[in-house]
Formats: sequence, structure tokens, C-alpha cells
Amino acid sequence: MSARVLPYVLILPVTLFLCLFFLYPFILVSQQAFSNGSELTLDNFREVTSHWKFPISMKNTLLLAAVVVPIQVALALLMATMVSKMGKGRDLVLYIWTIPLGISDLAAGIIWLAIFDQSGFLNSMMHGLGVIDKPLNLLSYQHPGVVFLAIALAEIWRATAIMLVILVAGIGLIPKEYYEAAEVFGASPWKRFLRITLPLLRPSLQTALVLRVILAFEIFAVVAALGGTLFPVLMGETYAYQFDLLNSRAAAAMALIILGISIGFTLIILRVLRVPKGASI
Amino acid sequence: MAEIQIKNVAKIFGAYQALHDINLTIADQEFMVLLGASGCGKSTLLRIIAGLETATTGEVWIGGRRIDHLSPKDRGIAMVFQNYAVFPHLTVFENIGFGLRMQKLPNDEVTRRVEKTATLMHIEQLLKRYSGELSGGQRQRVAVARALAMEPDVILMDEPLSNLDALLRMEMRAELKGVLADSKTTAIYVTHDQVEAMSMADRISVMHQGKIIQAAAPIEVYRNPSAEFVASFIGNPPMNFLPARPAGAGRWTVAGQTFDGPQADRAALQFAIRPEDMQPAEQGLTALAKVVEPLGAHLLVTCEVEGKLFRVILDSDMKVRPGETLTLAPQPDRIRWFDPETTLAVA
Ligand SMILES: Nc1ncnc2c1ncn2[C@@H]1O[C@H](COP(=O)(O)OP(=O)(O)OP(=O)(O)O)[C@@H](O)[C@H]1O
Ligand SMILES: [Mg+2]
Repeated sequence: MSARVLPYVLILPVTLFLCLFFLYPFILVSQQAFSNGSELTLDNFREVTSHWKFPISMKNTLLLAAVVVPIQVALALLMATMVSKMGKGRDLVLYIWTIPLGISDLAAGIIWLAIFDQSGFLNSMMHGLGVIDKPLNLLSYQHPGVVFLAIALAEIWRATAIMLVILVAGIGLIPKEYYEAAEVFGASPWKRFLRITLPLLRPSLQTALVLRVILAFEIFAVVAALGGTLFPVLMGETYAYQFDLLNSRAAAAMALIILGISIGFTLIILRVLRVPKGASI
Repeated sequence: MAEIQIKNVAKIFGAYQALHDINLTIADQEFMVLLGASGCGKSTLLRIIAGLETATTGEVWIGGRRIDHLSPKDRGIAMVFQNYAVFPHLTVFENIGFGLRMQKLPNDEVTRRVEKTATLMHIEQLLKRYSGELSGGQRQRVAVARALAMEPDVILMDEPLSNLDALLRMEMRAELKGVLADSKTTAIYVTHDQVEAMSMADRISVMHQGKIIQAAAPIEVYRNPSAEFVASFIGNPPMNFLPARPAGAGRWTVAGQTFDGPQADRAALQFAIRPEDMQPAEQGLTALAKVVEPLGAHLLVTCEVEGKLFRVILDSDMKVRPGETLTLAPQPDRIRWFDPETTLAVA
């Protein structure tokens, strides 16, 4: 077989797979989102964006991402740096830190519900310590801050490890000689982190951030478990359109809006963290 | 003034002793080469001086100041790494200026020094490039420029030329020597290439299994090796050895011939001679030619003398065939003697 044809033959199975399971459903969803049954229209988008809950759920989703993702980046960087400095016990620590990865997001939400619930650990502890005299319903409309905090904590606990794993692998790729050179030429540990680790980690940071930000816009189960309807998010609204209001065209439009936001942020991340030509390790 | 003193330095990694009681003084502006086979502890010693490794025991002094407890940046040193360690995410300019930026020098001073050293290393036209856009030789120049830009008291180099091809290595060798002599820094240069060592060094420290066997000027190391190891390590091909028996009154019998030797009261000595220090003659050692290699400038003949491997370098006009018997007369003033028990030279 000629060398010109062979590459295409080799990617054919993947292409078919992607077309069948990604492109085709995507086209179906788009069709639904842009039609009212007979003709092409933007009505579905108008409908979902003019709903009073849309701005709130948009704001909540973005706010959550804006709070959770930076904290996760910082934590994952810190943890990855610690892990890569460890000799013995490194693998054990890494395994323990990545346990939350194996827990589904709904289960994670329920674990944190067990902490913040009226009869949960937090209430019993505060009660036992005498801080409060009767258990409080923390996850209620009277405590929007606590609801937000609980969701953010659950998300950080649950999904930092995915970044950690990517960053640990990325740090492992940076040759030790760069750190030694930086040290000899006068860079303190903090400067070495800023001037060597961070810039050389750009490709891994890119991957980790894209993955995390997309997941952050898709947040659903944790919010459902902890906030219910108190804290509307885009994905929750999509679900409501599809299964409560049985309006699959509106749900499809919501799905495309979320996709659009994800693509937008992905492009920004790729652009901001790009590595100039000739400057990779 | 940056004289370096290494006092009783030893290094133990777990159960492995990489360095044994190293003592060495390197004069101000001297070019010292650490030469030895792979794994003998050259890099370890260099890294202890740099502060990238801590000595298990012993002290390091630079310019009359004890520095082994200081961090690398406070030691007045700069280093050129084996794989250059040119930062890939910084331009050549920022690489050369890295140390200066860390010292928080003003911008115009950084620019001045970067441009000066870049010109010195002939890379002034590459300042805007990234290391991925450079050849190995250019990267090497950047690494040297980065070290020189610091205007250090001491410059440490760990096999800086080992990744270059032979021709470039020869070119860089001469250039580096010139640049370092002009910069008036004290230099320690690690290599396992004896030609590099001989051609660049003011003094060579020959290392073996974590010890410095001999530290002396290149020609001294070559002519008067202090131990059998040095004699068999330096020179290509190395020195020939033959067992010698006392023949009384400072005379020694070697392969049936007697030679003047040391007045030593020993049952046996090793007779040693360099391959190029012999001439075919009427009288001398009887050698059976085994392999003849014409190398252009001369003829390398591998022989056997009393069953022992023996190499001789002859004039390229000589006609020698394998199986022939040669009679070789060693140049008397070039014969060296070693004690087979201590392996040290005997005068
Ligand atoms: N961090 C370390 N842990 C354990 N052993 C080490 C360590 N660093 C070096 N060694 C050992 O110490 C000895 C000397 O190593 P060193 O790197 O100084 O050798 P070298 O002379 O520079 O060799 P080469 O020419 O191959 O670079 C080697 O046997 C090596 O295995
Ligand atoms: Mg080495």
C-alpha cells in the first residue's frame, strides 16, 4: 500500500467511531436546537435565554467555575510539587490523593451532604462542642453562602485529583538539570517554581485546565445533591427542560450553549498558555 | 583572587563511597581538569564544589572563604552543564541574563553584559531565538555565555563538549581555553577525554575510584605518571609494562635484557615504557609483531614480548609484517619503574 494512502487507512476506524458516536448525535442535537418541528429557527435559544432562571444559572455556573478552578489549580500545583519532591512513600501518597477520582460525582455530593446535613457530622460536631444549641439546616435558602461553600468544597475535594495526576506527570518530564542550573544561577526555591516549573509545565497546565473547565461547566450531580433547586446551574436547567418540562428542543439549545461556552474557554486557555515555537522541552 | 581548596572531602551515597578523602588546591586563574573514567566521582566532586551536593565530610574553600555551607548562589561560581541546561522557555538573551536577573541588576546592565558575552561567544545574532531553534554547538555557546555573564570567580564545567561531534569539539576546545584565559576566572573542567584534558589543562587531576591519583601539569602526568593507573590510563595507546627482576647494583632484568634502574631493595618491579619511546636497534627487547596498523603519521605495531602485550609506535616508513621479530631499544631516560605491590612509581 502506498505511503500516501496508509495514514488515512490507519485513522479510518477512529474517524468512523467518532462520526458514529460523536458527530452524528451532535448533528441530531443541533437539528433539534435549531428547529421548531418544521423550519430552522432561533426560537429555542430565545426561549431558554429569556427565562428568568437563565441569568442566575449562568451566573452560578460561571461563579462556581471561577472560584473552584483557580483553587484547584493552586492546590494541584502544590500537591504535585510535594509529590515530586518525595522519595519514599510517593506512590502511596499519590494513590490516597487520587481516591476521590474513583468516586462518582453524585456519590461525592452525597458524602458532603452527610457532612452538611441537618443531622450531619458538622452539626453534631458543632453541637457537641457547644457552638450551637440545636442542629441547623445549613443547606437551606437562608444560608446561600453555606450552600455555595458546600458545593465548592465538594467539587474541590472531588475533582482536584484529575489535575494533580496530569501535573505530576508534567513535572516528571522537566529535566532535573534545569532546576540545578537555576539554583546555581541564583534562583530561590520560589523563583525556581515561578521561572522554571510553571513555564515548563504549560502544556500540562493547558490540558488540566481545559479538562477541568469543561467539567466545571457541566457540573450537575454535586449541585443536585447539595443545593437542589436552591442553586440553579446550566446543566441542572438542561435536565429540567428535558425531563421535567419535556421540552427536548429547549434542552438541546441549552446543551449547545454550554458547548459554546466550553469551546470559548478552551480556545482562551489554549491561546494564553501556548508555547512559542522552538520553546518546548 | 579565587584559590580553591578542597580539604579532606569524602562523599558517601548510602552504602557506596563515591569520594575518598580528596585534597586539592587549585590556584587563582588556574585551569584544572578532573580526568577519569566513567563513575570515578568527577561529577560528584564538581557538584560538591558547586553546592548541588553536600560532602559527607570535609571542607571547601574559595578565595580564603569557607563555602561548603553556603547555597550555590553565594559561592561566586557559575556552571556549564553536560546537557547545557539552556532553558527552553527563554530566549537566548534571557538565558544568558538569567543569573543577572536573579541578582536584580538593572536592565541596561543586564543588556550590556549579555551583549558583551554573546559577542565573545559569537552568538550575538541568536539572542532572540529559543533553544529549540539552536544547534548543539550553539546551545553549548549559550551555556558558556550564561556562565561568563555572571563574571564568576570560579567556573565549573561538567563535560561541556561531550555532546559535540569530533570536529566541533576540537574547535570549541581551543576557543573555550582562550575565552577562559581572558576572563581570568579559575576553572574546573570535568572530562573523560584525555586529549581534551591534555590540550586544555594547566594541571590535570587524574581520578580513579573516588581518589585523586595524581595532580600535575599535563606533560608531567604523561611523562612521569605517579602510579601504574595513571600510566595505563593516559596515552593512547597507554604505556607498556613488563616484569623486572633485580640483577644487582641498580640493574634490572627485563625480558632477558638488563637495564639501569632504581637502587631499590625489591624482589620485583614493573618496567614501563611508552610505545613511541622505542627504536629498532641491534640490541634490545625481542618483540614478535602480531598486528600492524598504518595510521598515516606513524605505524602502530602490536607485539608480544615474553607472551605479554606490547605496543610500539614506529616511523611510518618502516616495513613491518605480522610474524616478524623486532629488536626494540627503549630510550633510557624514558623508562619508568613501578612497585608491583603499591603500584606507585619508584625513582
Ligand atoms: N545520587 C546518587 N546516589 C547514589 N550514587 C550516586 C549518586 N550520584 C552518583 N553516584 C555514584 O557515585 C559514583 C560517581 O558518580 P559521578 O557521577 O561522580 O561519576 P563521574 O565520574 O562523573 O562519571 P561520568 O563520567 O559517567 O559522568 C558512581 O558510581 C555513581 O553511581
Ligand atoms: Mg559525570
